[in-house]
Amino acid sequence: MAKVLLEMKNITKTFPGVKALDNVNLKVEEGEIHALVGENGAGKSTLMNVLSGIYPYGTYEGDIVYNGEVCKFGKIKDSEEKGIVIIHQELALIPYMTIGENMFLGNERGKSAAIDWNETYGEADEYLKMVGLSESSRVLVKDIGTGKQQLVEIAKAMAKHAKLLILDEPTSSLNEKDSQALLDLMLKFKKEGMTSIIISHKLNEVAYVADKITVIRDGSTIETMDKHTTEISEDRIIKGMVGREITDRFPKRHNVKIGDVNMEVKNWTVHHPLYPERKVCDNVSIKVRKGEVVGISGLMGAGRTELAMSIFGQSYGTNISGQLYLDGKEVHLKTIKQAIKNKLAYVTEDRKGNGLVLTNPIRINTTLANLDSISPRMIIDKDKEYQVAEEYRGKLKTKCPSVEQNVGNLSGGNQQKVLLAKWMFADPNVLILDEPTRGIDVGAKYEIYCIINELVAAGKSVVMISSELPEVLGMSDRIYVMNEGRIAGELSAEEASQERIMSIIVSSGKGA
Amino acid sequence: MNTTMEILRKHTMKIVLVLIVIFFSVMTKGQMFAASSFQALIAQNSYVFVLATGMLMCMLTGGNIDLSVGSFVCFVGAIGGIMMVRGGMSVPVAMLLMIGAGVIYGIVEGFLIAYINIPPWIATLAGYLAFRGWGTALIGGSSIAPMPENFIKMFNGSVPDLFGGTEMNITCLLVGVIACVLFVFLQLKGRNDKMKKGYEAEGMTGVIVRCVLVCAVILLFAFKLAQAGGIPNNLVWVAVIVLIYNFITGKTTIGRYFYTIGGNVEATRLSGIDTKRIFFLAYLNMAVLTVISAWMTMGRLSAATATAGTNYEMDAISACVVGGVSAYGGSGTVFGMVIGAALIGVINLGMSLMGIDANWQMVVKGVVLLAAVVFEIMNNKEKTKD
Repeated sequence: MAKVLLEMKNITKTFPGVKALDNVNLKVEEGEIHALVGENGAGKSTLMNVLSGIYPYGTYEGDIVYNGEVCKFGKIKDSEEKGIVIIHQELALIPYMTIGENMFLGNERGKSAAIDWNETYGEADEYLKMVGLSESSRVLVKDIGTGKQQLVEIAKAMAKHAKLLILDEPTSSLNEKDSQALLDLMLKFKKEGMTSIIISHKLNEVAYVADKITVIRDGSTIETMDKHTTEISEDRIIKGMVGREITDRFPKRHNVKIGDVNMEVKNWTVHHPLYPERKVCDNVSIKVRKGEVVGISGLMGAGRTELAMSIFGQSYGTNISGQLYLDGKEVHLKTIKQAIKNKLAYVTEDRKGNGLVLTNPIRINTTLANLDSISPRMIIDKDKEYQVAEEYRGKLKTKCPSVEQNVGNLSGGNQQKVLLAKWMFADPNVLILDEPTRGIDVGAKYEIYCIINELVAAGKSVVMISSELPEVLGMSDRIYVMNEGRIAGELSAEEASQERIMSIIVSSGKGA
Repeated sequence: MNTTMEILRKHTMKIVLVLIVIFFSVMTKGQMFAASSFQALIAQNSYVFVLATGMLMCMLTGGNIDLSVGSFVCFVGAIGGIMMVRGGMSVPVAMLLMIGAGVIYGIVEGFLIAYINIPPWIATLAGYLAFRGWGTALIGGSSIAPMPENFIKMFNGSVPDLFGGTEMNITCLLVGVIACVLFVFLQLKGRNDKMKKGYEAEGMTGVIVRCVLVCAVILLFAFKLAQAGGIPNNLVWVAVIVLIYNFITGKTTIGRYFYTIGGNVEATRLSGIDTKRIFFLAYLNMAVLTVISAWMTMGRLSAATATAGTNYEMDAISACVVGGVSAYGGSGTVFGMVIGAALIGVINLGMSLMGIDANWQMVVKGVVLLAAVVFEIMNNKEKTKD
């Protein structure tokens, strides 16, 4: 039996009013990849923050035994000295600094106050090679893609001589290809003796990479599964996470009649706002019918979000050309306001960044896109506003103490519901949902899918942009595959499969 | 929720205001409560209330400030002085032209900030430098004086007593009583409406306590001001402006957008709101309110002077921040700002009555400002922890 590198014993952590962790136990053996899974808010990140010293010794109960000794970390630096390095979900790189500068930030090479730049870049290049990056360490971080930035983060961890690497949702902003590369890198490190903990929502990745899987639910450890002794399937993990078996991850639609074309986009070409010579969308034509869910699949950077936003009142891009028909009539939408008036809605992929006003309550967020409708003569009818917010809270089953709760205090799934409520209240005929279930837990995802089904059952059209193939396949009536700004293929629900979609992407990439 | 701590936290600034008033009353042996002190408080601070109202609107959009207001007070004063004193122009025409100047400046400033994306503090820093210089050059010496009598009266005088009281101004007392009745009526009606519609309403005790306290303050002011000659015209200006903006920020769609922009510009823009127009309006509005505060300043000094408006921008920003307006935008109320401005006004007055050196007064104000911000941030931290 391998040596136990880390043992967290009976960890209990309370915040005022909430017990975030309740007697959590975690045992990680040397040289294994250990996955931590659980719904949002289950306590995974809190546990890792305890481990890395972000919540210092004394603010929690229980013991951390690392390498045979009890550790009392007072700050992050303490845990890093022992070789425990955490890479957070939100990348912590500084865009306007070089890769090398970022890598040794707070850990600078050289003597006392003087930085030795040759040593910095020389060493940095070595670490980059280790993670399989061919970039020079003198390149600015802003000039490389997110996939590569994630690798830089790992290289940065290596530079700190990490023995235990913790990755918090490392692939949440990566496309399939980069995710795969990252997971393979983890496996390569494992062969070299590295121990890692991975937190992830993507169960297929977890099943692929992990030796052991620990499930956390509501602040307690539920079970630890060992890949080598038990059969691990996605459904098996989900059962542990939600405490019930989800027989069907995607709710069925019954008797939804698919009607006339509701929105049609023809020969749509969009240029990059900063580099106008670059085409972000190139001669795209799509259509969506009433009562239909149309999926748009593709890799990160395929131009899906850009397509959606340029349709939505030209909120992205320059030199936009092409025709847009809504309900059979050609429209020219120059502003977002016009788009909303023409019953089009775009629900952003980035709910925190540009979807919700986090410091405002649910009530204000719900009515924001259609405030005029409850404000005769520009004076807000607060009763009506309250009723609207309550109505949508009930409809979407948003969990919150009241609609006066600030959106920033809600979990990701509930935030997503508020965002949907806002756009449903704008009363659109066509909704473009951009990554509608990103970063939310399995239970909330299911509820979002049900809402989508209700929308199309009411005769609306839904365009769903998603990077999660199972979701696109499980929800769509028809799927467009986008690659490098072009529509690379169109598949009906029957003929679509993960393999078909990926092969369309790969072959269209070669042809370009 | 309704614990003592909660109430204390919510009303901290009001409690601090009361404590400071008591402190200065003791230190000045009651001079603080002389009728003349009440009048001075209003006369000397009305400009702050007006400027801070405009500054509030700018700050709501994301902690944006306008550094040029003090210098613009000087500049507008200079052109007003030239028109009215040197040119002998009629007062209403000159005042209209001054508003016109404010509108033009507001349009230029708003355009640069909203549509050309110049960072507000740089755009207004330019105004801060340029208008101080231009205004001083126009005045060409130390001051243009005296202002026409009818102009001064609009700001420095009081509302005449309709009932001809001798020792006491009866109109003033009456207005005070009416204000109290109105306040109590609105409070009760609001609570009643809420109950009728089945919403959660606060306990009757809270309403009574608030009514008693607010009425006490209103009546105290009414009584003291009645002794000192009646309702100052400046108070009328301030009250009207504060009530209008309280309505705009609390009840209208456009007011709502100021808050949501401060909370998240992109989310607001993608909700179909013309965010640039809101930024534009914030600065246009600021410039117009600056003209009104320039009138007040000219009225009080009876002159347009080269030093008029010095540090006014700082007074306005301080009043907002002390009054709980977020330095990052998105939160803050008109009445919060009023408390903040009153707090600073009381500190100024109290220290002047005590005869504290002006330099030390600035030190104290700096400390108060910092304390207020630290308090606000700590308070928010507490809240998010819950």
